[in-house]
Amino acid sequence: MPEEVRDRVIRCIAEAQHLDPETVTIDSTFEELGIDSLDGINILFALETEFEIDIPDDAAQNIRTVREMVEGVERLLAEKVDSRPQEQA
Amino acid sequence: MEPRRVVITGLGAISAIGDNVAELTAALRRGACGIRPIQLVDRSKLRFSNGAEVAGYDPVRYFDPKEASLLDRFAQFAVIAAREAVAQAGLEAGSPLFRRAGIVTGSCVGGQTTEDEGFVDLYLRGRPRINPLIIPKTMANAGASRISLEYGIKGPVYTVSTACSSSSHAIGQAFWMVRSGIIDLAITGGSEAMFSMGILKAWEAMRVVSPDTCRPFSRDRNGLILGEAGAMMVLETLESARSRGAPILAEVLGFGMSSDAHHLTQPSVEGPALAMQAALGDAGLAPEAIGYVNAHGTGTVANDPTETAALYSVFGPRASKLPVSSTKSMHGHTLGAAGALEAVASIAAAREGFLPPTVNFTEPDPACDLDVVPNVSRPGNPEFLMSNSFAFGGLNAVLVFRVL
Repeated sequence: MPEEVRDRVIRCIAEAQHLDPETVTIDSTFEELGIDSLDGINILFALETEFEIDIPDDAAQNIRTVREMVEGVERLLAEKVDSRPQEQA
Repeated sequence: MEPRRVVITGLGAISAIGDNVAELTAALRRGACGIRPIQLVDRSKLRFSNGAEVAGYDPVRYFDPKEASLLDRFAQFAVIAAREAVAQAGLEAGSPLFRRAGIVTGSCVGGQTTEDEGFVDLYLRGRPRINPLIIPKTMANAGASRISLEYGIKGPVYTVSTACSSSSHAIGQAFWMVRSGIIDLAITGGSEAMFSMGILKAWEAMRVVSPDTCRPFSRDRNGLILGEAGAMMVLETLESARSRGAPILAEVLGFGMSSDAHHLTQPSVEGPALAMQAALGDAGLAPEAIGYVNAHGTGTVANDPTETAALYSVFGPRASKLPVSSTKSMHGHTLGAAGALEAVASIAAAREGFLPPTVNFTEPDPACDLDVVPNVSRPGNPEFLMSNSFAFGGLNAVLVFRVL
């Protein structure tokens, strides 16, 4: 996976959770990081702002790890690129 | 001295399923759903598109234009519901009973719709000044204050804001003030009107609003639907109601509150159970007496099974047989008005001899093993009713009524 997206996701999580980014890894689970449902929506908001994407409720529901979150963001970024020509048309 | 008995002599309500209590009752009986595409806000900018608005609302039907311009929509709904309740109670401005009367209302959002519009002028349009009426229109007590002005009520008048428990807390405090003799009469309830872009976007970000409809206790439930409403009742002593020949609609028997002390937004089992037990204790009733519960029943993934577990902890195995419905499936989640609207709905339905249904119900959820009166109202004459309100912030308020 591209380095950059991973690092930006980790930064968003760390900032939202007031954690040292060093303590957040790609293999961290939300449980390990103490992320509950309210923290989760706050992180989704941070990611939507950081990447200028819209994360649908159903896409977000079952995410439990940093890796799943990075993969989800990458998917949405790819869709955003795909849809760009259609928007212009 | 025996505690004073407190009765309800007037009810009023305006919501997505009726402009008055008669219309509300008829809608509850036929299981009419007031959830429709949102008209008040550009829904193309939202991830959800449905709400429970008061359709075709025209303030000029109720207020002269100057009066309407001084009141946010939420305060207008408070006044409209209060007028209906006061008229049914056979009271009018200057009634001698108003000398020792109070008003307690509940609202979560207050007049933030007005504030939102004002801030658009300031931040988006770059205007150097905003309307001075924003302050008196936004204050959460605007409805209570307007009712006080309209009827000349000079006793305790205030507003409780405890998110989705606001109006249950309000009714409970009004009830206790009348019961204890602090006042002889109260107008109490709540109102809410949250359809502005800023507020809806905030709810969108909470990710608890359904993309389609509200299906409380159904396996495929996927969130709440926001609704606007005003609902009020007139409380007075049984003695007063009898002496003046007022209609005695129901008795307020008990009020219980609790705090989860658990989490800002995640529900708990213990907190709601404590509030239900406190309300039963205040009413002097055993759980077996309750014949119908109007659930908090928001239709979110988290609330409904947690409330089910709380009901089982209070009512035991009988919880599976006890009719428990969520009228939010019809009038939406009216936030600070919810407790009042649901109390009015429960009492009005029981007096007409039926149990209001939980509509939009498609499929039972084993985690919500309750008799939710699915989809169709049912004949029933419960004597003792319970109405549950559980708020973000973990604040719970439960009311118990006796239908007379």
